[in-house]
Amino acid sequence: MEFRRPKTLKNVLTHYCPGCGHGIVHRLVAEVIDELGIRERTIGTAPVGCAVLLYDYMNCDIIECAHGRPPAVATGIKRVLPDRIVFTYQGDGDLAAIGAAETIHAANRGENITVIFVNNAIYGMTGGQMAPTTLMGQWSTTTPAGRGKLGEGGPIKVCEMLSALDGPCYLERVAVSTPKDVLRAKKAIRKAFENQIAGKGFSLVEVLSMCPTDWKLSPKEAVDFVNEKMKTVFPLGVFKDR
Amino acid sequence: MSEKILLKGNELLVEAAIEAGCRFYAGYPITPQNEVPERMSWRMPQAGGVFVQAESEIAAVNMLFGASAAGARCMTSSSSPGISLKQEGISYIAAAELPCVIVNMQRGGPGLGNIRASQGDYFQAVKGGGHGDYRLIVLAPATLQELYDLTLNAFDYADFYRNPVMILGDGILGQMAEPVEAHPYRPLFKLPPKDYILDGCRGRAPRVIRTLFLHPSDSLVQHNLRLQKKYAKMQREISLYEEFETADADVIVTAYGIPGRVAKGAVKRARREGLKAGLIRPLCVWPFPVQPYQNAAKQAKAFLVVEMSHGQFIEDVKLAIECRRPVAFLGKGGGWYPSEEEILEQIRHLAGARSKGLKAQRKS
Repeated sequence: MEFRRPKTLKNVLTHYCPGCGHGIVHRLVAEVIDELGIRERTIGTAPVGCAVLLYDYMNCDIIECAHGRPPAVATGIKRVLPDRIVFTYQGDGDLAAIGAAETIHAANRGENITVIFVNNAIYGMTGGQMAPTTLMGQWSTTTPAGRGKLGEGGPIKVCEMLSALDGPCYLERVAVSTPKDVLRAKKAIRKAFENQIAGKGFSLVEVLSMCPTDWKLSPKEAVDFVNEKMKTVFPLGVFKDR
Repeated sequence: MSEKILLKGNELLVEAAIEAGCRFYAGYPITPQNEVPERMSWRMPQAGGVFVQAESEIAAVNMLFGASAAGARCMTSSSSPGISLKQEGISYIAAAELPCVIVNMQRGGPGLGNIRASQGDYFQAVKGGGHGDYRLIVLAPATLQELYDLTLNAFDYADFYRNPVMILGDGILGQMAEPVEAHPYRPLFKLPPKDYILDGCRGRAPRVIRTLFLHPSDSLVQHNLRLQKKYAKMQREISLYEEFETADADVIVTAYGIPGRVAKGAVKRARREGLKAGLIRPLCVWPFPVQPYQNAAKQAKAFLVVEMSHGQFIEDVKLAIECRRPVAFLGKGGGWYPSEEEILEQIRHLAGARSKGLKAQRKS
């Protein structure tokens, strides 16, 4: 077997930091789109956050959305073009803070879209502020004493929260912090696209990912943080599959 | 063949939009425009289109962002507080140069205000309510016939210029009913092909719709210059207004929308009294029809602005005549409606007072 760059992934350098998980997740999405043969009928939506430049890396039609609004934009596209494949690629601030309403209601309507949710427990692009998924006690530039000291509340568990709704068809949390996790993540992403092709409705894959730069950790320590800390708070697994 | 129909303004708007080929509507309930989403909810499926009751005004306008990017003629509607929420999305849609129609059946403000008609959102509509340098084409119907006709045109303006178009109505226009000739839709322009839409890259290079311009460092400057060039073209090409008895008028009354209608009645009565009054009523308030004002300023002694707000429209009137004539003001926000008598009284005052110097209520 030959190791090749997926056609859906452009042959360019990314702006992502060393040790960041976005590159892995981009590649998994691109591989799945290639394997399913849907690149020419796929429309992606880019978020505001580190993945805003998704269109520089993905070789398919892309629309860049306002912060948190990709599920609404994707709804508009998918309802107009129901035979196309529409996915959102969002970070934790985009999906679970400023866009929480759009996420919940797109899920509740059972919109036939695929949501790739990259949870790295921090605001990356703006320089390391608290995310809705920042862990209790975790340092960030806006929780200098650790989350939980100033009434911030705890991390939002998106899969658990959405699993209370009847609308979603598939919710799974995966990680990209070990080779085994990466393989599992790819299976989940593939299933989330297959569900859309089959017209089954709203599928979301939450991917626990590393942000060594804003966590102020080395890439190796960041991987350990996902495996030892994040997976404890955000258990991996399937939360809904119907 | 056109057919005569009788509907409330909000319902008529739905029929006009569907006639114009609108096939995507997303909205959120707010008084006084609830008949729009209500009628859309059954008319859109009948017409083979999409209706979505969004979770918020923000979501609704972003659904339009997607629907327009996918190539559909699309519309959302709301009233003042809801239009405030939509401003984020309007800025993005303008920046991305996507066509869509946004309807504001204005109510009293600021804040939650009330549900009476008002024109307090004029600045928001014509000066750019969201962030950044952008413009909307803002249509201002005063009758239901104009609402019908301008709604048909709105989709063409949007597609022709690839720009959001706002229909700036008010609660009276939305709630009133009067007979309308429902003309069949005929395009106003030869419309350009939609060669920008995202429908999958089969047989072509992938397309991107974006509003972020980081590199090179002057790319956003260049993008803004392109937008400004387009806005200048709109200003050259769009000038919609009604002129009535202006040729020899000493006093020019000017108003848009519902007050424009009331003002016309007052001008007719003034003429019967032998007073040389005339009316300029813009049907589009951005681009603003500067020419009839400049012409009128050559011989008119005074202008009278009537608006259901506290001096917003008057600024564009003063700019249009470059402050060459005194401009009197009659207006209040919060659900106040002008009467013919009030306007007529002002006309009499201006016509009589001009020899002694203008003493009408003048907005400083």
